[in-house]
Amino acid sequence: MTALPAHTEKKLGLVIDLDTCVGCHACAVNCKEWNTGGDLAPLSDTDPYGADVSGTWLNRIHSFEVDDGDDARLVHFPKSCLHCDDAPCVTVCPTGASLKRTEDGIVLVDEDKCMGCGLCAWACPYGAREMDAVAGVMKKCTLCVDRIYSDELPEEDRIPACVRTCPSSARHFGDLADPTSDVSLLVAARGGYDLMPEQETRPVNKYLPPRKRVSLPTPAARGDSGPPLTGFWKWLDGALEKVG
Amino acid sequence: MKPAFSVIFFTVMSGTGYGLIVWLSALGMIDPDRAVARIGYPLAFVMISAGLLSSTLHLKSPARARHALSQWRTSWLSREGVLALATFAPICLTLWGVFVNDVLWHAATVLAAIGALLTVYCTGMIYQSIRAVRAWATPLTSLAYLLAALAGGGVVAMALTTTVHGAADLVLIAVTALALLGLMAIKIQWWRNLASPGISTVGTATGLGDASDVSLFERPHVTENWLTEEMGFRVARKHAGRLRQMALGLMIVLPVLIQLMAGGIHLLAPLAALSFLLGAFVERWLFFAEARHSVSLYYGASHA
Repeated sequence: MTALPAHTEKKLGLVIDLDTCVGCHACAVNCKEWNTGGDLAPLSDTDPYGADVSGTWLNRIHSFEVDDGDDARLVHFPKSCLHCDDAPCVTVCPTGASLKRTEDGIVLVDEDKCMGCGLCAWACPYGAREMDAVAGVMKKCTLCVDRIYSDELPEEDRIPACVRTCPSSARHFGDLADPTSDVSLLVAARGGYDLMPEQETRPVNKYLPPRKRVSLPTPAARGDSGPPLTGFWKWLDGALEKVG
Repeated sequence: MKPAFSVIFFTVMSGTGYGLIVWLSALGMIDPDRAVARIGYPLAFVMISAGLLSSTLHLKSPARARHALSQWRTSWLSREGVLALATFAPICLTLWGVFVNDVLWHAATVLAAIGALLTVYCTGMIYQSIRAVRAWATPLTSLAYLLAALAGGGVVAMALTTTVHGAADLVLIAVTALALLGLMAIKIQWWRNLASPGISTVGTATGLGDASDVSLFERPHVTENWLTEEMGFRVARKHAGRLRQMALGLMIVLPVLIQLMAGGIHLLAPLAALSFLLGAFVERWLFFAEARHSVSLYYGASHA
């Protein structure tokens, strides 16, 4: 049913630290690698070795330039499904393919019911859903539902592929309904926020803002100051002086 | 938003066909004249069916379309599907009455008219309920769809009655003209809304500051993707201005002029209908092409 649950027992989601993300795209690559080979239809690429390569991705990394007058910096910005509490992509679905799970709040697509109308992708303000050109069904982040509940994977792998692979620990996974969970504490400590709150989607995923940077003092140019030259260096300095 | 021809054809043809169903029902009340019904109902049936069939071309997995009738509790698209199919029952019953029994069953025509109006309302609500596309998320959207159906159906009904009887009913002419002018007022207001900045900016989309402080440095990939093609469609501003004039001229001004000046000349009445349909195609193309989706904020737009 495409009605949203009034309450979910858990709110599994991601916390993404924009302060530590280095923009390496490893999370997107590992996401693609894992999710192209699971139970669902593969994430297709069209013209993969040609000039006009395009493909389905569940996670993409945008980079923004932020200049507030005091400081100018580059912020790498990974974006995937936010598993919203009021997910507009779920309620618009005419076939019942789009759903939000009551037990953990994960927003999923039942591909056997998806007719590929694309309305859910229109309804999502964040562009978190992409139509697969080959499979003809809507694709989105599953929060690696086939990893996190796996009995076969080693314990440390039972987290989403993007979180597992992030080399700078910029991605965190956990239950955001539990105020004592690591992710909830992190959100509270760092002022985690929602994307486009005015769209009233109540995202579960949170973003941690870049920390304020402390500027280092500009080092003085070497050579013009410092201790006087001696020996060979004093001779070379004098010789160069004569030449030049 | 990408203007998909299958959806434009569907909303224009089915919308006009449903409007015609409403007018045939009303005209049948005033004057149970089966000569108009004999042409009108088959025409409306063909327009509606052609539009609905065209809409399935938009689907990537049309074989699963049967599931689309299941989620009418939450989804306007599902409601539209259910009502569109349900409305075929009274339409077919009317066709049966007219062609087999040579009677006009008013109960069936009224049910068909109600179903037609509700279906068009659902079409409008599909777009109106999408907050991420600010231009659509206004009550003007469903109102414009309803008025376009009534006006279009009226222009086609005028063409039919003038062709059959040599003159159109005065009520039909007056109400259609009002619907056309109302539609023009709504579209002008619509375009005015489009020019104002929306609630979401690149600042709120990233949470990194004011819109003036944040700008896209680099896209995720160097080539286009499904999102940028489906929702990043842009129409050149100068073209948009010309196309708006074309839409209003063909859809509203020309049909009104033809009807006012040449109400009795039955050769011109079908021209008014043709002009309306052409203008409606341009208007519907703009409805998609000019609408901006908030995902564009992640691909370089500062306001959506």
